[in-house]
Amino acid sequence: MSAPGSAVSGVPHLDVDPFDMNFFADPYPTHELLREAGPVVYLDKWNVYGVARYAEVHAVLNDPATFCSSRGVGLSDFKKETPWRPPSLILEADPPAHTRTRAVLSKVLSPTVMKQVRDRFAAAAEERVDALIERRSFDAIADLAEAYPLSIFPDALGLKSEGREHLIPYASVVFNAFGPPNELRREAIARSTPHQAYVAEQCQRENLAPGGFGACIHAQVDEGAITATEAPLLVRSLLSAGLDTTVNGIGAAVYCLARFPEQWQRLRGDLTLARSAFEEAVRFESPVQTFFRTTTREVELSGATIGEGEKVLMFLAAANRDPRRWDKPDSYDVTRRSSGHVGFGSGIHMCVGQLVARLEGEVMLTALARRIAKIEITGEPKRRFNNTLRGLDSLPVTITPA
Amino acid sequence: MPAITFIHADGKSDRVETSGDESAMQAATRHGLDGILAECGGNAMCATCHVYIDAAWLARLSAMADDEYALLDGTAAERLPNSRLACQIMITPALDGLVLRLPERQV
Repeated sequence: MSAPGSAVSGVPHLDVDPFDMNFFADPYPTHELLREAGPVVYLDKWNVYGVARYAEVHAVLNDPATFCSSRGVGLSDFKKETPWRPPSLILEADPPAHTRTRAVLSKVLSPTVMKQVRDRFAAAAEERVDALIERRSFDAIADLAEAYPLSIFPDALGLKSEGREHLIPYASVVFNAFGPPNELRREAIARSTPHQAYVAEQCQRENLAPGGFGACIHAQVDEGAITATEAPLLVRSLLSAGLDTTVNGIGAAVYCLARFPEQWQRLRGDLTLARSAFEEAVRFESPVQTFFRTTTREVELSGATIGEGEKVLMFLAAANRDPRRWDKPDSYDVTRRSSGHVGFGSGIHMCVGQLVARLEGEVMLTALARRIAKIEITGEPKRRFNNTLRGLDSLPVTITPA
Repeated sequence: MPAITFIHADGKSDRVETSGDESAMQAATRHGLDGILAECGGNAMCATCHVYIDAAWLARLSAMADDEYALLDGTAAERLPNSRLACQIMITPALDGLVLRLPERQV
C-alpha cells in the first residue's frame, strides 16, 4: 500500500489551498497550475484529490456510481462526520434514491413550465431596467443581479413576503459549508440558526402559495411520487440553490459585458445572442466553482489510482477554461458555442434549475441590451468571498440609455 | 462510419460523418452545425436539440424514454408525432443515412 497520491502512483502533490482568500482574489494562476501539474493531483492542505482539466472533471461528473454524492459534495465525508444539516435528497443522494427525487424537480422546472413563466419573468426584467434607467448610476450587484431574481424567484416559488431577507444569507451558508472547516465555513454555520429556521418553516406545504414551484413539489406527494416528509426537503433545495446562484450568474454576465464593451456591442447588434451571452458568462466566470465527490471503490483515473473513500475536488471553473477543450479559453465571446461547459455540472446531478437560470439571464440581458447603449464601471468592484460561489459584492456602474 | 443528414428549416442540408459512438446531437455540435443548440450538453434536460425524423426512419429508432417524451412538450417549435431529441438518438451503423429535419427555432 502506498500513501494517498504518493510518488508511486505518480500523482503530483500540490501545496495550494483553493479555499484561501488569496486564491479567491485571483484563482486563475492556480487553476493553470492545477491543470498543468497532471490530470489528477493531490492537495496536501486538505488531503483530497483534485481534477482541474475538462476531460477528468467531465469523467468524474459522469460516473456517479464510482464518484458518489451521498457522502457529501463538500469536503465533509458524511460517512465519517455528521452533516451540518439534514442531507439534501437530491444533491447529496445517489441512484436509485436520487432518480426519484430528481424526476420530481425536473418536472417542476421543466421546459414546459418555463414557457408558462417566461412572459412574467421578461416583464419583470423590463420593469427592473426601467428603474435602472431612471437612476443611471447604481450598484449592478444589489440593484440588478440581486434585485431582479428577488423580484421573481421567491414569488415563482410561492413564498410569503415576510422573511425573504433570509434567502441570500441562507444560500451563502449552504455554499460556504461545502468548503473545508475554515473561517468562512465556521462563521457561516455559527450564524445560520435563524436562516435555517426560516427556511424550514417556508418549506411546509401550508406556507407555499398555490400554483408556485413549492406547491407543485408538494402536489407530487398526492401523486405518490414522494412522501410528505420528503417534499419540504425538496423545496429546501430550491431555496438553497435557486437564488444566490442566479444572482451570481447574472452578476457575472453584467460584469463581463461591462468589461468587454465590444462584446456588449455585438449583443446590442443581435439580441438573439442574449442567451448565449449569458451561457458564456457561466462558462467564463463559473459562479459555482467547485464540488466534491467521494469514491465508492478503488478507481483508476487517467493513470492515477485513487483508493476507496477518497474525496475528489472538481474544479469546474478550471475545466471551463481548459485550453485542451476550449479555443481562447480566457476570452469572453458572446458568439461562442459554449454547450458542454460544466458551469452547471454534467450528468445526473447537472443543475436541475438550469432552465430557470437561463431564462432569467436571457430575458434580463435582452432587456438591458435593447435599452442601454453603454455600461461603464465607475468604481472598484468588490468581491464577495464564499467557499464555493464566485461573484461580486458590489459593481458600481453608470449606464447610458440607447 | 455512419453518416447522417440534417435538413435545415430553409431546406439546405448538411451531411455529417459520425464517430460510430455518439448521438446525433454530439455529431452535430462537433461539426458546429447551426440549428442544434444542446444547451444542457446532452443530459436530456433542455429540449434544445429538437429534430423531426423522416417517417421512413422513425420506427427504426430506439423507443423514447419517459423523460424524453415529457421534455418534447417543452420544445420551442411545435411538437409533432415525429419529434425527437437528437441527444437521445445514438447513431449506430444501422442508422447510416438517417435524415433529421431541424425546426425553425430551439429556444
